[in-house]
Amino acid sequence: MTEHTGKQRSGPHPGGSPRSAKYSSGMLENAVEVRDVVVKYGEVTAVDGVSLSVPRGSILALLGNNGAGKTSLLQVCEGFRGPDGGSARVLGLDPIADHDDLMPRLGIMLQSGGVYPWATAGEILQLFASYAANPLDVDMLLDRLGLRKFAKTRFRRLSGGEQQRLSLAVALVGRPELVFLDEPTAGMDVGARQTTWELVDSLRADGVSVLLTTHLLDEAESLADQVVIMDNGTVAATGTPAELTAAAGIDLLQVRAEPGLAIAPLAAQLDAKVTEEGPGEYAIAGTLDTESLAEVLAWFARAGAQVTAVNTRRRTLEDVYLALTAGATR
Amino acid sequence: MTTGTFTPSPGRAPMRAILKSQVRMELVLTARRGEAVVLAMGVPLLVLLGAGLTEATNVPTDDRLGYVVPGVLALTVMSTAFTGQAITTGYERSYGVLKRLGASPLTRPGLLFSKTAAILCLVGIQILALALVGVAVGWRPDFSQVLPAVGVTVLATAAYCGFALLIASLLRPETVTAGATLIYVLMLAAGGIMFAAPDLGTAGYFVLPLAAHAQALRDTLTDGTAVPGSIWLSLTLWAAIALTLAARKFRWE
Repeated sequence: MTEHTGKQRSGPHPGGSPRSAKYSSGMLENAVEVRDVVVKYGEVTAVDGVSLSVPRGSILALLGNNGAGKTSLLQVCEGFRGPDGGSARVLGLDPIADHDDLMPRLGIMLQSGGVYPWATAGEILQLFASYAANPLDVDMLLDRLGLRKFAKTRFRRLSGGEQQRLSLAVALVGRPELVFLDEPTAGMDVGARQTTWELVDSLRADGVSVLLTTHLLDEAESLADQVVIMDNGTVAATGTPAELTAAAGIDLLQVRAEPGLAIAPLAAQLDAKVTEEGPGEYAIAGTLDTESLAEVLAWFARAGAQVTAVNTRRRTLEDVYLALTAGATR
Repeated sequence: MTTGTFTPSPGRAPMRAILKSQVRMELVLTARRGEAVVLAMGVPLLVLLGAGLTEATNVPTDDRLGYVVPGVLALTVMSTAFTGQAITTGYERSYGVLKRLGASPLTRPGLLFSKTAAILCLVGIQILALALVGVAVGWRPDFSQVLPAVGVTVLATAAYCGFALLIASLLRPETVTAGATLIYVLMLAAGGIMFAAPDLGTAGYFVLPLAAHAQALRDTLTDGTAVPGSIWLSLTLWAAIALTLAARKFRWE
């Protein structure tokens, strides 16, 4: 269970939660507990030692580019394939060994497909509702997702966004404790995306745990309690959206002055990264508070420079993400 | 936490209810696909009326209907359990339906059970309907051996289902469709349905399960005689091989 721990430690922010040696089976355990999972497709390693946990009633977003390994990791949690290393526990159960006990408690939304193309939206949702002991009202759910008028439309005649919304409804109709949403808003227009976000928000409010994948930064930022940034099969960073954007070295100060100033002493003085990005365009990246801002300007004054513009930028999740994923592919 | 719309209340419906609604779905979808209905009813009906009532083909007996009707019944079993089943399963696999339904409270065994039940249901309905047409145009079946007839039909259905699931797991759905239809047409022509199969003696029963099944239905339903041991053996072997291969090679995605 503990092989591959070396990979875990090499990430910049190893998983935030304390590691427990044994999984408990009580109600207090995490909804999802993934430890050092490895997934290989022949020679290709899609997931290379990922650990994460989804606390009950919270939303975790797996953020990453296509091919980062998000879906592969989800497949392990859903029991579609076993890990080639490490372990996954879902609601305290083994996704493969306890498959039949686990499935009624899960809601699964695949990235595409998974339903009969010739069945109507209403029939599909009704079918999945009939699997459940206490299903949600099918008409209510169709209304909620704006699908009521498509109830008699065959699945293959629905647009991509409509198919996505139906797949979401299918995942929710059995009133699951935990839902896996693989790129839930892919192919949706702005309105549908907003509806979906509100719905996911109400899932959390009602105590449902959610593990979703996305490559949309705004989606991760607005929905998730925890964001795990995946890159090339490994965890590049973990934290709340605020933690990720406020972490050390992510504020940026841009100063415009004469080109060609000797900036090395400033970098040493501040313990920050100072670069001249264009002629006379200086960027100071580091943990910058009011004091260090004053220090920077004082330094420019001492250097006899004429400062013509000062701009501070709080980094967005996008900056963090781009910096992490670009760094890892190099 | 207040109780909201989505407050978890998970649980599996009673398995009987799940299977019932799944079987109904399978049947509704089959009825909705035109080519499946034509394969299952249209072609056998044409063969029954064409070969049974005209002299268009040579049959090795004077009792045309007594030869053709049981053959058509056997052909129908093959069209539903093999050709239709292979095409449907191939596409369901490529659409991710098998994978998705396997990962639902229905479970994989539940899905296989529903498919089998739907196929048996369809086969039953089709045989009944075609037999009634046969009787209407003058076929006079003998009912003394009806149980062995049901027995060989179940064996043949199992063998066809096994091969259907096997090729649906190995090939792309387009290839499955082409291949399964081609085999159907070949069997229609050479399987001893409309006219006599190439006379291979007992060996023929082991080469062509359709010919074996058709002959068993002629023996039982037309002549009221027992099913030859070689046919029992042939169909049992075919069923065992097909189901073993299917169990080994079946792929959910």
